[in-house]
Amino acid sequence: MLQLEDVKKSFLQPDGSELRILDVPEFAVGAGEQVVVVGRSGCGKTTLLHVIAGISRPTSGRVRIDGWDMALLEEAEVDRFRAERIGYVFQTFNLLPGFSALENVLLGMTFGKLRAERDRARQLLNRVGLGHRLTHKPTQLSVGEQQRVAVARGLANRPQLLLADEPTANVDIGNQQTIIDLLRETCQEEKVALILVTHAPEVAEQFERIEYLEKINLAWTSR
Amino acid sequence: MSLWKIAWRSIQQRSLASGLTALSMALGVALVVAVLVIYGVLSQSFRRSAQGYDLILGAKGSRLELVLSTVFHLGRPTANIPAKDYYTVVKRYEAEMLAIPMCMGDTFKQHRVIGTTPDMFDELEYMDGKKYQLQEGGRNFAWEGYYEAVIGSTVARRTGLKVGDTFRPVHGDALGHRDQHDFTVVGVLEPTGTPNDRAIFVNIEGFYELHKQEAAGGDDGGHGKAEELAGGAGAGKPASSSAGRGLRYDESREVTAVLVLFRTPNMPRRIAIPKEINRDHELQLQAVAPAEEVTKLFEGIVGNIQWILLFLAILIVIVAGIGILVSIYNSMSDRRHEIAIMRALGARRVTVMMIVLCESILLALGGGAIGVLLGHGLTGLLAPVIAQQTGVAVSPLQFQTSELILIPGLILLASAVGYLPAVVAYRTDVAQSLIASP
Repeated sequence: MLQLEDVKKSFLQPDGSELRILDVPEFAVGAGEQVVVVGRSGCGKTTLLHVIAGISRPTSGRVRIDGWDMALLEEAEVDRFRAERIGYVFQTFNLLPGFSALENVLLGMTFGKLRAERDRARQLLNRVGLGHRLTHKPTQLSVGEQQRVAVARGLANRPQLLLADEPTANVDIGNQQTIIDLLRETCQEEKVALILVTHAPEVAEQFERIEYLEKINLAWTSR
Repeated sequence: MSLWKIAWRSIQQRSLASGLTALSMALGVALVVAVLVIYGVLSQSFRRSAQGYDLILGAKGSRLELVLSTVFHLGRPTANIPAKDYYTVVKRYEAEMLAIPMCMGDTFKQHRVIGTTPDMFDELEYMDGKKYQLQEGGRNFAWEGYYEAVIGSTVARRTGLKVGDTFRPVHGDALGHRDQHDFTVVGVLEPTGTPNDRAIFVNIEGFYELHKQEAAGGDDGGHGKAEELAGGAGAGKPASSSAGRGLRYDESREVTAVLVLFRTPNMPRRIAIPKEINRDHELQLQAVAPAEEVTKLFEGIVGNIQWILLFLAILIVIVAGIGILVSIYNSMSDRRHEIAIMRALGARRVTVMMIVLCESILLALGGGAIGVLLGHGLTGLLAPVIAQQTGVAVSPLQFQTSELILIPGLILLASAVGYLPAVVAYRTDVAQSLIASP
């Protein structure tokens, strides 16, 4: 479902030198598979997800999703691909403050080809236990509730692949497990492949497949 | 969810800044609307009032002054013309036109009192196809009813006069001395929307009788020629002919103006008659086409003033538009993160650009809508002043078709001023903005 081949990503530094962040010779995830990628802060976890999602273009290499070579797509096509096939859950939730919980979830299906389905948005919020807080703004929700809305938004567009960037890093221990369970169960129910990056071993050990970024990212091992 | 809704949420989120920006737009649009409505109504009303008569005959001098005084009852009455000239014209063109004499110079509670014949309401139309109507219980003054009067609807409302009431006019303005005879109101006109609503019409014979008595009493009240309407040496002479329909023949009399309605459908004659009158140097009068003078007035002086006012109002709208630009542009640094989130959710660059443009258009149109309401409210506030000065009733509910130009105009302005912040949204670096703290 997802294949990374020789993916490299580097940034130009102010002194003109290149800073290599990613160098992944090979990485693959099957359809509906759940993978946790573990790595310390600054080892390129977020950049890896950005490259997979098409938010950042790799400096070189290929990212294939469901047979589509992302490098061959125009930027607008990548945006549409992301809108229709990829879900994203951020570490800092990134809910839009002016929108209600329901509207934030609807936003997840606004930019694709699918019509925004209010029923699905409600269903997802019910699924994450927030059916009674549809009209609440993010500031009226607890941190754990905000992340649950973000999970619902990530799944709103019926993605094939859900990328979760440290989804438990900013929530309390009580909510951590709820979020992980929600992600795993809903991805399983909806047959969505999940790549979750984390630095927390207690999160990682709940997954059958654990990948250590220090091992798959040569840019990190060579530093 | 539509892009409009996303844009609206963004406006709501910055409600104070957005509200103030929309308000500045509203004020600009209100001025544009007020100028358009007031000019439109004035122009319409003046043109409509001028429609009722084909020609005005009056003393030589300013043509515009003659029209303003005779048709719109504005300013002081012009100098009088000898009645013999009136008789001459009437006799010469008897088959081709109806000529209705008018005498002015008296007032009642600041309303002009006009001496005329019953033809004024029996024969004339105040607008094409619309004859004067009298309110229930009233009638036109009779030829032989020398001291009868018909009053305009505004006069009735302001003075409280009704059918059966009597009143005594005053020479000249309110400071003049009172006449020596009462007039009886026999009819109240239905509203016509013309300056005649605020005038009082009395039988011209009664008007002459009144002033003849005063002349005999040796009191001219210190007023000018316009008030010296009573016959001089020949006054009181038995009527020897009726060259002027219903107006007793008396060469020593004077009239202030004559309203002319063509009877001939022959267009070349209609054009030729005023020229013939104006070329006849023996006549101490001129013929003026009121519609022509009103058009000149509006296309010349008033039209230019309207353009100057419109230009200033449009400048205010443009400044308000720049306010929208500044408001949205300043918010862009705070909103980069939100834009990046939308991009991460699959929004294309063009989509986020459109959202910013939608926001600009919503602010402009929202402010514009409030401005239209404010503008009409302002018109309503100014209506009494306009009515006082010009006699034109301006309703705050009168919409001008020219106001419709505001919709595409505001969309165009909003698109222009929204373009710069939209480009900033377009260029937002998603990855960098997502990593940066919100």
